[in-house]
Amino acid sequence: MFRSVLEGPTAQADMTVLVNGAETPAWDGETVAGVLLRVPGAGRTSAVTGEPRLPYCQMGVCFDCLAIVDGVASTQGCLVPVKPGMRIESQQGAREIGR
Amino acid sequence: MIHDVVVIGAGPAGMSAAVQLRKLGASVLVVDEQPAPGGQIWRGIERNASGPIAVALGPDYQKGRALTAAFRASGAEYSPSTQVWQIEDEWTLFLTSEGKARRVRARAVLLSNGAQERPVPFPGWTLPGVMTVGAAQILLKSGGMLPQGNVWIAGAGPLPLLYATQVLGLKGQISGFLDTSRGLNLAALAKLPAAWRDLPSLAKGLKWQRELRRNGRMIRGVSDLRAEGNGRLQQLEWTAGGVRRKAKADVLLVHEGVVPRIHETLALGCDHDWNPAQKYFAARSNRWGETSRPGLFVAGDASGIGGWTAATVSGEIAALGLAGHLGIKVDTEALRRENQLDGRRSRALALRPFLDALYTPPTTSIADDVVVCRCEEVTAGTIRKVARTSTSDPNAIKAATRCGMGPCQGRQCGYTVQAILAEVHNLPVGDVSFFNIRPPLKPITLGEIASLGELEDAE
Ligand code: FES
Repeated sequence: MFRSVLEGPTAQADMTVLVNGAETPAWDGETVAGVLLRVPGAGRTSAVTGEPRLPYCQMGVCFDCLAIVDGVASTQGCLVPVKPGMRIESQQGAREIGR
Repeated sequence: MIHDVVVIGAGPAGMSAAVQLRKLGASVLVVDEQPAPGGQIWRGIERNASGPIAVALGPDYQKGRALTAAFRASGAEYSPSTQVWQIEDEWTLFLTSEGKARRVRARAVLLSNGAQERPVPFPGWTLPGVMTVGAAQILLKSGGMLPQGNVWIAGAGPLPLLYATQVLGLKGQISGFLDTSRGLNLAALAKLPAAWRDLPSLAKGLKWQRELRRNGRMIRGVSDLRAEGNGRLQQLEWTAGGVRRKAKADVLLVHEGVVPRIHETLALGCDHDWNPAQKYFAARSNRWGETSRPGLFVAGDASGIGGWTAATVSGEIAALGLAGHLGIKVDTEALRRENQLDGRRSRALALRPFLDALYTPPTTSIADDVVVCRCEEVTAGTIRKVARTSTSDPNAIKAATRCGMGPCQGRQCGYTVQAILAEVHNLPVGDVSFFNIRPPLKPITLGEIASLGELEDAE
């Protein structure tokens, strides 16, 4: 759905992150929400009906970018820049108790 | 330690206020949700210094570099990636960053936390593939992301035109631009003479429109937009010129203007005014930016939409107001005159009445099956049904439907609930209030609260 203009046959990604366990290239300046938009099926499901959602606003006001980042559930992905080796997992429904 | 001023938001208004306050000798802490200064308008400004993205973002974007550098050099303490989740009287602020909560104290507070895009629900707006134009532009500024496949823009205002021009400049694809504005109307024309004072901005807008028209991508007079698809956006439908049309779509970017962020001032019980032209609430402030709560100031788009140039000037004005409040010995009136703050601000706002009249917020009634509350998935129909038997108080809707109780706390549904209540009770929209807002202003975890406890034990 989105692709970096920096991406190309020869261009190297700045880092690798883990999205639901799969190694994924990522770029400096990108947020977790950006990654969710690039990787098919990485988005969250909604809290009530379980419908798929993807980041909507990128500015902290919609909460459709919630993800489990390095083990912390309900992290607002659009506010968190990627870091090498970061673990990003899709969040299903509402936050699970204890995470 | 107690800071003279805590500034919330490191965009044009917050940064210019911080720079001024430091010059006047005040101690300043600037907290911001973002990982780097610049706000949304200059997001990623320190990174996007050269290369194709920097060129495509254009000269107004590059203008942010000087202020950002001045802010970095100002000696203001800066806390990025930080959320403010509670503000208490005179003044204690509760913050979280990196999963840890802390408390800071201040003699005065400046809210310069900007705006958000006006949420306008329509059928299919929660589908993956649908997002705001502002969101897409932020993705461009953070990592150079361009939308792929059949990309459509729908909405009205300067931002979608600017974004489309930027995408085309980077050889990106746009299948079509669905213009939902009413076109040049009498009300807008009446404001045009004053708008000539800002000729460069006016010319810029016309140039963007010309480029899009030349590429045959502009479709005017669009209404009844609908996004459809199975698990993601696949096609669009709209009406233009009385004809229903369809198109394949992978990405739909929507925009219907911006509204101030008001959760903080609402939670603090500040007086607010209704802006009838642009249909939003903004905290009432005096000529120095001070709200009805002494010591609490607002500047920039958070105090009413004015754009980035006006925001930088209002930041300077608020800095002087704050200096007065703190008892710093300067002649604030003289500084206000010397720096021509009022003249600069009124020039920066010259185009605004024209834009406000040209791009009026949509007034179409929202169909019953459309989801209004993205968090709790409450439809317009459910809200309407409750509204018929309730008072015109949005909090009654919240209690009965959970609309506005999710993590976004009404940031997406507040104005829609207000509009539906006005419609059902046959009231002017501005006579219906916004949800009551209570802390925490952002959801916090038990772990974060626990970390605050540890901190207090250690004190
Ligand atoms: S994308 Fe809306 S809050 Fe993150």
